[in-house]
Amino acid sequence: MTLALDVTGLTYSFGAKRALDDVSFSVERASFTALLGPNGAGKTTFFSLATRLFDAPAETIRIFGRDIRRHPGEALAQLGVVFQEPTLDLDLSVVQNLRYAAALHGLRPAAAAQRIERELTRFGLFERRNVKARSLNGGHRRRIEIARALMHEPALLLLDEPTVGLDAPTRRQLVDLVHRLCREDGIAVLWTTHLVDELDGDGDRVVLLQDGGVKARGTVAEVLAAAGAVDLHSLFTPAAVAVS
Amino acid sequence: MSWLICLKAIVGRELLRFLNQPSRLVSALVRPLIWLLVFAAGFRAALGVAIAPPYETYIPYSIYVIPGLVGMVQLFNAMQSSLSMVYDREMGSMRLLLTSPLPRWYLVSCKLMAGIVVSVVQVYAFLGVAWLCGDDAPTFGYVTVLPALVANGLMLGALGLLLSSLIRQLENFAGVMNFVVFPLFFLSTALYPLWKIREGSELIADICTINPFSYGVEMIRFALYGQWNGLATLVVLAVGPLLLGGAIIGYSPSRGLIRRKV
Repeated sequence: MTLALDVTGLTYSFGAKRALDDVSFSVERASFTALLGPNGAGKTTFFSLATRLFDAPAETIRIFGRDIRRHPGEALAQLGVVFQEPTLDLDLSVVQNLRYAAALHGLRPAAAAQRIERELTRFGLFERRNVKARSLNGGHRRRIEIARALMHEPALLLLDEPTVGLDAPTRRQLVDLVHRLCREDGIAVLWTTHLVDELDGDGDRVVLLQDGGVKARGTVAEVLAAAGAVDLHSLFTPAAVAVS
Repeated sequence: MSWLICLKAIVGRELLRFLNQPSRLVSALVRPLIWLLVFAAGFRAALGVAIAPPYETYIPYSIYVIPGLVGMVQLFNAMQSSLSMVYDREMGSMRLLLTSPLPRWYLVSCKLMAGIVVSVVQVYAFLGVAWLCGDDAPTFGYVTVLPALVANGLMLGALGLLLSSLIRQLENFAGVMNFVVFPLFFLSTALYPLWKIREGSELIADICTINPFSYGVEMIRFALYGQWNGLATLVVLAVGPLLLGGAIIGYSPSRGLIRRKV
């Protein structure tokens, strides 16, 4: 079966500085994978390559079998993206923001209206559809950004540290929400984070990224075993890294 | 079809943002109106403009300067949209645009079209106020000027896009005003006819002759009187796509701006 995301031997440098070194991992359909790593591990570089903000070497990143370098349009059409920086237009209403994103993917207005209603209802924000994005709190803005990423019904959702700046209960809600998307809609999710408590039990898969390379990958239990750590919190301690 | 939907959305968003900020329209109008009502009033006495095409009679200076001020509205709008591109990039909404599955060159061109539409709205608002002040043009001129506004908007907008792809940070934008906007505007035929400039300085007149902005202004001047200035149009139509090509290269993922940012 075709993988949702297939990364093979990805190496990327900024000038002399190597940001990613022979990174390989995959994300299966309808699964939740966390790309876990401390700041500076290369997560954002990977994210920028996977969303084609700059070019990845050919045949290194495939989205549902489509090489992002050679078939960017087809690859991006399958991809929903939530960026680390807030990217809502604060002076436009929630609906206007969502319509804009839907149109960027070529959705007709009638189809867009249907999906906007569906997603806003699911995320409990339908009542607020006409307020300006500026008047929403941080958690709600994030939910709108996730709803926006789902407008074109992507089969793979990438989220780059989506919980930055949010309080603990809101973070938990977002993590639960995105897990629900995996279960209910069969969406594959890649969630980059440096916060280990955002992982949800044994169902999740983890790719542990450090200094631009993959240190371990698999289920939470497998990664813990490979790294010789007792729990996820100790993963980033020097001892654990030395073992891995 | 999806291409058209995308174009409509990008233009619509830019118009919405423009209409949501009435202060932007006001400042777009105040600048040329100060020139027209204050500067031109003083010059009316000092500077007579001889009969030269497209004008068929002696004209007051305020009539002469209108196409130049139209060019100024479009120039400032182009710089404003390019400023908003740099801002968008720092704020991240540019990233959203660039994850659309449509080709990058098309997205950049849509952004350019959006800027042109906003600049045309501003120009007609300015021409309307100038008309109210008695500085009018032939009625049909308001129609025939439209294609010239689009062509000039394309050239200046593409320049803005190219600059926005080269500028790394918002803070560097002040330099654009000093080194791009002011020279383009003052070293052109926007404020004085070329023969008048030549009386003062051969060198400055020569610089004005190689400044593409002069050709944009002259194209608008003729179009506003229902006439066609072939050389000016050719220059504008040649320079615009060249600059746009540069901007598209600037925004391509392999050479792109964002790479430098990360």
